[in-house]
Amino acid sequence: MAEPATATEAAAPAVALLKDELDIVIPTIRNLDFLEMWRPFFQPYHLIIVQDGDPTKTIRVPEGFDYELYNRNDINRILGPKASCISFKDSACRCFGYMVSKKKYIYTIDDDCFVAKDPSGKAINALEQHIKNLLSPSTPFFFNTLYDPFREGADFVRGYPFSLREGVSTAVSHGLWLNIPDYDAPTQLVKPLERNTRYVDAVMTIPKGTLFPMCGMNLAFDRQLIGPAMYFGLMGDGQPIGRYDDMWAGWCIKVICDHLGLGVKTGLPYIYHSKASNPFVNLRKEYKGIYWQEEIIPFFQQAVLPKDCTSVQKCYIELAKQVKEKLSKVDPYFDKLADAMVTWIEAWDELNPAGAAVPNGKAK
Amino acid sequence: MSVAIKDDEIDIVIGAVRSDLTSFLNEWRPMFSRFHLIIVKDPDLKEELKIPEGFNLDVYEKPYMDRVVGSSTSVLFSGYACRYFGYLVSRKKYIISIDDDCLPARDPKGFVVDAVSHHITNLTTPATPFFFNTLYDPFAEGSDFVRGYPFSLRSGVKCALSCGLWLNLGDYDAPTQALKAKQRNSRYVDAVMTVPAGSLVPISGINIAFDREVLGPALVPALKLAGEGKFRWETMEDIWSGLCVKVVCDHLGLGVKTGLPYVWRTDRGDPIASLKKEWEGVKLMEEVVPFFQSVRLPREATTVEDCVVEVANAAKERLGSTDPVFARAAKAMLDWVNLWKSVGYISSSSSAV
Repeated sequence: MAEPATATEAAAPAVALLKDELDIVIPTIRNLDFLEMWRPFFQPYHLIIVQDGDPTKTIRVPEGFDYELYNRNDINRILGPKASCISFKDSACRCFGYMVSKKKYIYTIDDDCFVAKDPSGKAINALEQHIKNLLSPSTPFFFNTLYDPFREGADFVRGYPFSLREGVSTAVSHGLWLNIPDYDAPTQLVKPLERNTRYVDAVMTIPKGTLFPMCGMNLAFDRQLIGPAMYFGLMGDGQPIGRYDDMWAGWCIKVICDHLGLGVKTGLPYIYHSKASNPFVNLRKEYKGIYWQEEIIPFFQQAVLPKDCTSVQKCYIELAKQVKEKLSKVDPYFDKLADAMVTWIEAWDELNPAGAAVPNGKAK
Repeated sequence: MSVAIKDDEIDIVIGAVRSDLTSFLNEWRPMFSRFHLIIVKDPDLKEELKIPEGFNLDVYEKPYMDRVVGSSTSVLFSGYACRYFGYLVSRKKYIISIDDDCLPARDPKGFVVDAVSHHITNLTTPATPFFFNTLYDPFAEGSDFVRGYPFSLRSGVKCALSCGLWLNLGDYDAPTQALKAKQRNSRYVDAVMTVPAGSLVPISGINIAFDREVLGPALVPALKLAGEGKFRWETMEDIWSGLCVKVVCDHLGLGVKTGLPYVWRTDRGDPIASLKKEWEGVKLMEEVVPFFQSVRLPREATTVEDCVVEVANAAKERLGSTDPVFARAAKAMLDWVNLWKSVGYISSSSSAV
């Protein structure tokens, strides 16, 4: 049975890698108590808290963390009319944090995710593993049967061409979850007691041309390489769908990464996911998505980006165009989403003018 | 979730590259003894085979092979490729093939891994090549498809090939092993996964299983290096074969899985000696992989035989002039398909999905 580590078991690393180059983005609507357990691993880093829901509520941040916090009023103030692209009453609002960050790397985690233990009982420093994943190359052009060849104790197998062994830059590191697995509502309803207890000791590159369901619970990425494509869509209040924010972003970033020759890794690190959300609530949020994804997946599988899309923004605008062209007939929601995708890029470019180097935002 | 299969649907094919199989077979006895074994002796091996009692097996050696396929064709089966003769003469649905220097492995809890039963489970549960499941094999106990996995893709496709892995001596090439002389694979990755459609993979022949009825002659004894030898560091035949199989499977909508089960590969040979003797193989991969990545099979190729012939013709056309080894490989593939038609009793009847 998987168990989370306790606060005392997690030991701070000797060196906090990329301390000044990485922001931790956390969406929350309740509280941030979970940070106590992550303190040894997270304290050296700057946090960006995106407060969803009622902006008059005060979210208490545990002492000793360096952070900036944004609620809905801040989002509206900073983005003006463009704030319409940021979801309300859904953790998709976290992507606002990606936009305002000034760092090269982002790690995002849900507030019901705790420190997991590896099979030897040691507390897992998820952030450190994500950083290792991002700082070592990916290998999307040929599958390595011993998984990540850059890990300690592994390498490329016989038959792997030497010309492909340099790999490409890693844009995304997708971590996994012990205990409550990331199942959809129907699966949760059928298997309410299933827990993920299998620790798979591997990191691997998802091959070029292959899509995957990207979960935002335990995710890190290189904001400079792929940031503008990490839009988490229109979900929650006033929208016909929920729980597809990270999925949507995942399909977009994979198509773009494949086009730009960037890598996406999945596997370690694990976190311990403690809360199973209500499957009936989830079903209501997801059910349109379950039908729509049958159209959406072929759309992304067949999406081709023209050669002159050489930047992430250009790729994303082009994708938005294709979404409007090809998915609007599925539901008018996609028309709105395509517009929001364009708004997002406009907002991103406004807040992140090329070449500007700006210090962290201030805590409230 | 595996279907109950009868023991008589399985052949275990062992290519004997070394003559003394006593400890190999005794170690595998608990896993092998229920099944029929086909032992094929490397035609170049001079010593008598030493095989312990108590197995239900057939042994094939050079004289018989010459009679069945002709002495000019039996050259296809020298060295590690001798196992393909076993694939040819088998009459069973499933084949499991393990190198004769591999022993049963233990999992992290200390239990002995039953590689046979694991491979069969892989082959009898669906593969999911069209969309990556982040929790790996959704049909494994305690696992499932994750949120966002399209429901229409959840029934999967037939798994035609199962590639296992190796603890201790990993299947590295000679330069890599020579550079990291002490490196041994001690990481037990508790997962099986489908290699996505469109993605190529170096399929090692050390520990594999496949559905013979479905794949037929898709595994090909074709690429024989000029300096091919009796250590895996001196061969690439399985890599070529595996690339061919993956292209065929992708075209016909069949699945290829990789991961568990592990076998324990004993230390044997010297990578530096192998490297000095045979390094062409490593260079040739620079041509081989782009070739297979670019192969496109026509819609009319609806059987495995058709597909293999197409790949062979493409290899002759595009690689034949690069290196004579490729022209020979292409010819070997065509010879093999013909052999399969005349000698391989169960004809494969897979059609495009």
